[in-house]
Amino acid sequence: MLKFIIKRLINLIPTLFIVAAIVFIITRMIPGDPASVLLGPQASASDVHRLREQLGLNDSVFVQFIKYLNDLIHFNLGQSFAYKQPVLTLILERFPNTLILTFCAFFIALLVSIPAGVIAATRKGSWMDYLFTVTSLFGISIPVFWLGLMLVLLFSVTLGWLPATGMASSGDGALAFITHLILPSVTLSTIPMANFSRITRASMLEVMNQDYITAAKAKGVSHFFVVMKHGFKNALTPILTVAGMEVSSLLGGAVLTETIFSWPGMGQLIVEAINKRDYIVVQGSVIFLAVLYVLINLAVDILYKVVNPKISYDTKGGK
Amino acid sequence: MVPPNALSVTKGKRKKRRENLFLRRLFTNKLAVVGLIIVVLFTLVAIFAPFIAHFDPTKMDVNDALQSPGQDGHLLGTDSYGRDVFSRIVFGARVSLFVGVGAVVVGGAIGIILGLISGFYGGWVDSVIMRIMDGMYAFPFILLAIVLMTVLGSGLGNVILAIGIANVPTFSRIVRGQVLAVKQEEFIEVTRSLGAGDFNLLFKHILPNCSGPIIVYGTMGIAGAIISEAALSFLGLGIQPPNPSWGNILQEGRDYLQVSPHICLFSGMAIFLSVLGFNLFGDGLRDALDPKTRV
Amino acid sequence: MSESQPLLKVMNLNVQFHTNKKTIRAVNGLSFQLNKGEVIGIVGESGSGKSVTAASILKLIPTPPGEIASGEILYKGQDLVQYKEKDMRKIRGNEISMIFQDPMTSLNPTYTIGNQLIEAIRLHKKVSKKEAIKQAIALLEMVGIHEAEKRLKMYPHEFSGGMRQRVMIAIALACDPSLLIADEPTTALDVTVQSQIMKLMKQLQIKFNASIILITHDLGVVWEMCDRVIVMYAGQAMEEATVQELYENPYHPYTWGLYDSQISKRTDPNEALHVIPGSPPDLSQPLQGCPFAQRCPYAEEVCFKEKPAYVEKNKGHKVACHFQTKTRNLSRKERDQNG
Repeated sequence: MLKFIIKRLINLIPTLFIVAAIVFIITRMIPGDPASVLLGPQASASDVHRLREQLGLNDSVFVQFIKYLNDLIHFNLGQSFAYKQPVLTLILERFPNTLILTFCAFFIALLVSIPAGVIAATRKGSWMDYLFTVTSLFGISIPVFWLGLMLVLLFSVTLGWLPATGMASSGDGALAFITHLILPSVTLSTIPMANFSRITRASMLEVMNQDYITAAKAKGVSHFFVVMKHGFKNALTPILTVAGMEVSSLLGGAVLTETIFSWPGMGQLIVEAINKRDYIVVQGSVIFLAVLYVLINLAVDILYKVVNPKISYDTKGGK
Repeated sequence: MVPPNALSVTKGKRKKRRENLFLRRLFTNKLAVVGLIIVVLFTLVAIFAPFIAHFDPTKMDVNDALQSPGQDGHLLGTDSYGRDVFSRIVFGARVSLFVGVGAVVVGGAIGIILGLISGFYGGWVDSVIMRIMDGMYAFPFILLAIVLMTVLGSGLGNVILAIGIANVPTFSRIVRGQVLAVKQEEFIEVTRSLGAGDFNLLFKHILPNCSGPIIVYGTMGIAGAIISEAALSFLGLGIQPPNPSWGNILQEGRDYLQVSPHICLFSGMAIFLSVLGFNLFGDGLRDALDPKTRV
Repeated sequence: MSESQPLLKVMNLNVQFHTNKKTIRAVNGLSFQLNKGEVIGIVGESGSGKSVTAASILKLIPTPPGEIASGEILYKGQDLVQYKEKDMRKIRGNEISMIFQDPMTSLNPTYTIGNQLIEAIRLHKKVSKKEAIKQAIALLEMVGIHEAEKRLKMYPHEFSGGMRQRVMIAIALACDPSLLIADEPTTALDVTVQSQIMKLMKQLQIKFNASIILITHDLGVVWEMCDRVIVMYAGQAMEEATVQELYENPYHPYTWGLYDSQISKRTDPNEALHVIPGSPPDLSQPLQGCPFAQRCPYAEEVCFKEKPAYVEKNKGHKVACHFQTKTRNLSRKERDQNG
């Protein structure tokens, strides 16, 4: 198990390297003087000069890249000119809020989608299955930013039940915290919800056709246990894969959701930074989220092993 | 020796029968038909926009601002500048569909070529390409598009390019997977033994066998690109006002959500319906191509 | 139970599958009975309805699309067709067990052998977990798996095909069932492993005096294991006799075809193995006449028009052929003359 994890960690290095390289290349694609573009129009001449030094723009591209990598390895994401703070500090300030939001959205999505997918699969072809198919297609088709606005219109503007925007501060109490969280997390949950339920259904349908399901029935196992014990655990592998990939669309969706609900997370930070033309912050945040995604998928890979013992068998050669 | 044309005749027949079966499955799927109807309707609206919209989508009239739907001949009301929302949405359909199709064509072209090369040649070429694709996958789709937009600057062409590039990894992965599967099949060996070159083999024999998943993902990719364009424009990075785009209509309407909710309601509805159309149709295509997943 | 009362009596069983506008009649009016301690073989080509018959007895037909349209399955005098799902669960694995064709896919890959074996025990027996583990170890040893205690903690993928089938047999025997249904238990295995598994099944059958329904397309297996054989074709019984009787005096032309397509000691290595020409009839179309008529070298007009009666030609030897009745005899040699 430990060897497996180490192997995966080593595999991570080229991916992280490419993530860094992609961001490096994109920022070098900016036409004109990168320093003045990176800093935006508000920057003073001395700022531009300092950044040229910092970025080593007089060095060769190769040297620049090495320096950039060196900074990354030391968790140095640069200094924001608009906020006058290190980018990492800004990120770590906002990140917990994004984490709360995405976690809640993820949780809501799982809570709804897995039972829905399992039920649809076990009643294939029924009206419930049909309703499920239509609803899940609605789910993947609805733009989150529009859904967010419509929920605000209904629950905040018209009904006045829930606050429209913002996040409760620590002094407001738990109730305020939750009421502020409901609309954004429900909004954000729609994307993974639709995808999870579709994969759950597809995966359960496939599993329920397997011989071991018939064999379990032949033993006298009840329908419920056939579905949950013998079926669902086998269906989990593809669901996990999608869950890992969904993190990506969740983080992307968070950018839009946070903008709609003025949720003080990383998405809002990125959009603010774009508007302030503080590209160093954008660059740092994007790298941060990409690395996060890579790490989460590493965790998913390790989880696989727990769920599906066959994986350990396949990598036995390396032991 | 088998007469060569005997073989091709049966192959052609089988292909035709398969196509008929495919079409029958597609058109008996009610949801797919609904999707196709929506797609066709939006396409017609985009093409005939000047004939459908009876107001200039960019003409402002402050005296006529924030009208409710139905007033003064404004079917869906007016926005804060007094522009006709219906006309803006109708012209917005042009932008959305153009970006949707354009981004899929750009992303598809690059992704398909990379996927073909990667799957066909294997080895280090494959590892390098796939590592890069893995790296691109690490960025949330919309975030990658956002970063590209900030670098490229706003404008229709750049929106297409940014969303197209963000689509590349998915296309290349799908194509690569297909190529790996097709490569195993016997006819590839046969064609190669007949002296076909790599280029010929790739584009004449392997690519057509990957077309199913490419079409399915392409259709759904248009849906994704429409949402992405709207999102970028909503964030102020995509199509810039006064040019109408569903995303920037929504963004401008956002400040008037309380007094004139219709602006957001209808522009968002247009995004939702068109995306739903492409998704329904794409889903139907997939089921028709791979009946195992449904019937 | 008296010797005369059959353990299982299947009467006029009809099983259908409904797919898009089509109804496939997989089993058409099948009747047979099985006495206690008897091993009955059901042979036939793939698609002859033998596996569907097996699954129907345990009501494991996926419903929909499948359905037991009519007929009775009397087990110890009780009609299983009328049983509710809940009551069937008490029968499955407890009274009647099943061994499946492919041991590679019939064990759940995500649970240990022990888990699946103990599950089978505890579903029907009220025993503590500790006791169940003890029984599981005993079962594994009984089917010839050594170091059973260690093996319990292993996953299916760590077992070979033959070992897995032994585990499946252990699971099937976990609750001392009165009837064992083995659906092509050796088809998916290597030839050498096949004979080992058959030997094991024979041993266990003698040891427990078990009643077995053995589904197979391999006549060789039938000669070894069974007391009686039913030859199935297109969802119907074509011929039924004791093993010895069928071996010596097969009546039905289809049975002859099956004989000729088997490799045996009698097979002349210089001669091409016989293949029954054509393919089984489309069971979604209504059948007229004898289902085998299309492929039968002896078929005459009557065969296409009238369904042959299933008659007892000899004592205990039934056959459904227009030319094989109490009064009519068709000699097998004719084939060589004609063909």
